[in-house]
Amino acid sequence: MTLLELAGVSVRFGERAVVDAVDLEVAEHEIVCVLGPSGSGKSTLLRVVAGLQPVSAGRVLLGGEDQARVPVHRRGVGLMFQDHQLFPHRDVGGNVSFGLRMRGSRRGFASGPGRGTYEARVAELLELVGLPGAQGRPVASLSGGEQQRVALARALAPSPRLLMLDEPLGQLDRGLRERLVVELRGLFSRLGTTVLAVTHDQGEAFALADRVVVMQEGRIAQAGTPLEVWQRPASEFVARFLGFENVIPAVVAGGAAATAWGKVRVPAGSPEGERRILIRPAGVVLAAAGLRCEVLARTFRGTHVALRLRPEAGPELEAECGLAGAPAVGERIAVAFAPAEVVVLPAA
Amino acid sequence: MVLARREVGRESARGTAVRLLLMAVPLAFFGLFFAYPVAAIVGRGIKTDEGWQFGRIGEVLARPDIADVLWFTTWQAFASTALTLLIALPGAYVFARFEFPGKQLLRAVVTVPFVLPTVVVGTAFLALVGRGGLLDELWGVRLDTTVWAILLAHVFFNYAVVVRTVGGLWAQLDPRQEEAARVLGAGRFAAWRRVTLPALGPAVAAASLMVFLFTFTSFGVVQILGGPSYATLEVEVYRQTAQLLDLPTAAVLTMVQFVAVGLILGIHAWTVRRRETALRLVDPARTAHRPSGPGQRALLGGVLLTVALLIVAPLAVLVERSLDAPGGYGFGFYRALQDVGAGGGTFLVPPLEAIWNSLQYALAATAIALVIGGLAAAALTRRGGRFVRGFDALLMLPLGVSAVTVGFGFLITLDEPPLDLRTSWILVPLAQALVGVPFVVRTMLPVLRAVDGRLREAAAVLGASPLRAWREVDLPLVRRALLIAAGFAFAVSLGEFGATVFIARPDRPTLPVAVARLLGRAGEMNYGQAMALSTILMLVCAVSLLVLERLRPDKTSGEF
Repeated sequence: MTLLELAGVSVRFGERAVVDAVDLEVAEHEIVCVLGPSGSGKSTLLRVVAGLQPVSAGRVLLGGEDQARVPVHRRGVGLMFQDHQLFPHRDVGGNVSFGLRMRGSRRGFASGPGRGTYEARVAELLELVGLPGAQGRPVASLSGGEQQRVALARALAPSPRLLMLDEPLGQLDRGLRERLVVELRGLFSRLGTTVLAVTHDQGEAFALADRVVVMQEGRIAQAGTPLEVWQRPASEFVARFLGFENVIPAVVAGGAAATAWGKVRVPAGSPEGERRILIRPAGVVLAAAGLRCEVLARTFRGTHVALRLRPEAGPELEAECGLAGAPAVGERIAVAFAPAEVVVLPAA
Repeated sequence: MVLARREVGRESARGTAVRLLLMAVPLAFFGLFFAYPVAAIVGRGIKTDEGWQFGRIGEVLARPDIADVLWFTTWQAFASTALTLLIALPGAYVFARFEFPGKQLLRAVVTVPFVLPTVVVGTAFLALVGRGGLLDELWGVRLDTTVWAILLAHVFFNYAVVVRTVGGLWAQLDPRQEEAARVLGAGRFAAWRRVTLPALGPAVAAASLMVFLFTFTSFGVVQILGGPSYATLEVEVYRQTAQLLDLPTAAVLTMVQFVAVGLILGIHAWTVRRRETALRLVDPARTAHRPSGPGQRALLGGVLLTVALLIVAPLAVLVERSLDAPGGYGFGFYRALQDVGAGGGTFLVPPLEAIWNSLQYALAATAIALVIGGLAAAALTRRGGRFVRGFDALLMLPLGVSAVTVGFGFLITLDEPPLDLRTSWILVPLAQALVGVPFVVRTMLPVLRAVDGRLREAAAVLGASPLRAWREVDLPLVRRALLIAAGFAFAVSLGEFGATVFIARPDRPTLPVAVARLLGRAGEMNYGQAMALSTILMLVCAVSLLVLERLRPDKTSGEF
């Protein structure tokens, strides 16, 4: 069942549309990650859903109900801010129980849960995020990772129907990030939480999400499962955003593309005509004969070696090869292209 | 961040309405109790039945005695400011960068003069350098008829302004910036000149302007120490109004001071805005270290000696004189304060009652200042807009506009229904609140502005209504600042003299008024009682300040 639906949502600051006619659905228990460079409007999208940012056009529906007239504090969503925004004047327990107190007091003192209930729930949540017994600690004494956990516990405490995360792991160092992203995914699927997250880090998005939405200048450039997006980028923008550099204009006809790098065979069933093609680095392979190149740079990447090549014709190429037999800088080699790693993109 | 800025610019219509509503009360207050009385008295001075007499401005300014006053007011303000900077800047450095035992206490001690009533400052210096003062007794040295007494008293009074404004920022400057310059090849002095000084520049400028403002409009100190030969504009306005009843001259002088103060405040606002440019600030606790080496120890010693001679000595002498009763040391003068007759007909009530009058007035004034200043600060929290900036400056004006004019203006404007307040006790707190409001706004505003709007958003997302979010987030964060603002407003209300001297009823004098009255009379008994009352006033102020010092917010560098 669809929990969140955005229909034609636009946000304009003056002349500029930060969010431009966005349609998006998030199903219950689904984890959707909005991926995009900074300034692509993804944080604004979260603010729109939370009610912190009025829309210029379009509708936001939660559980089928239009939220236009529902103020922020009655939407029942959770938002974990980019820099956490923990309340500095409250300790960890006070932060986590904040949402519970707000919801409790609205139901009235008589029927609201007592203080003891809050304490049990706070303890449960701190346990859940891996900070058992931290209730009394001042917020200022927390490390970045601990703050992130407290912010998560605070957002989860009132059991929001939709949890939104703004760059959830943005400020943490790499090792911690990789561990936490796995933890988060496990946690959300265990709790059955519906999650809408935004990030600029593709690794984070792919590890966390059931579905990825790539945004470009306020519009949705592509939506799909991480695998779909990774394997079949929908445009040059998406391809380049994912870190692929080998994109070149091409004329596709009869199962092959004519490019500045020469003829490149494309997968069967690819669209024909004036296009652009992407050749993933893994598809640029050393060969006895083919496009002749000079090795400009060589970077050790742990499992493979990344090469930067200057071909005799056309722009520079990125290639990957195994650790054994990687050519040295300055060496002259020849490369061929593997059709499975070639993607035909629309013309620019 | 970029997004947040833009959203502030596109504030909703409802937000604007709330802001206007918040500003309405302070605007009405300033209109009624500040602009109206001041305008009325200026109008009375230069408007006759034949219309506006603008020619009088030229006539008055051409008079040699007035030219002397203008010249003296200006040069003594420049000299006082320069002398204060010279003496206080090393102090600012020591307080910012050195860690030493008793630092907290010392910081409170140097701030005591600033909240002291000017009358007490004048009296304390009189006890030190005046006729029959300590220096007179020891070496026959008297400075009370010279300009040096005024200058030293001004330094005494404003030392804390420089130490707090400049030192507060200095302590938060990252020393690593200077280290980076050193590594890049700059010498010790070059690094200071090219990295630290430019960062401090705006703070030094702002502090200098505040000192200039306070000394330019100095009243109580000059009134007591200046004798007949030295008068600032403010003193001259008082003389022309109260003694010579020459309203036209007083009106012209008031306008001259108004223009000058407007200029000073304009420049001040400009430097403050420049100071807000991004600086790398760090926790002050991290930048301070124990002094090491003979140079640093000598500097610390020098600053401690200066504080002892310049700040502690006058206060100590004041206490000593108050105890130096005719029959040997004791509380003779204090006991005499309970007695109506001892004043030789100066008072209708025992002088001691002035304490209770003062406390009641100051409490009422504090309450008014908190409401008005709090509303103004809340309205000004969101930056932007010419209108807001103008309002910001407007709130500072009462600090610089002749308090004497305000007091006298109260008498001639608030005397008919529906605002016949002449016999009402509220008149005095209203006048005192005028000088309290700027302190409240300047204490509250940085803290309110520092509250991250996204904290409020976080509370809203967690289910707090706007009002609840304000109560749960803003209020706890500004509570300390609110208390501090209350303390400052209380202290300045307690010490307000210029306006109160006009409007306090003879049977309900405040402490500063009673002190001035006692000093105006000859006789050892009156002098001693003045010292005793001043001591009491000093203690009340010092205690409220020590309470403040404990509440000082850690992260905001206070203006005062």
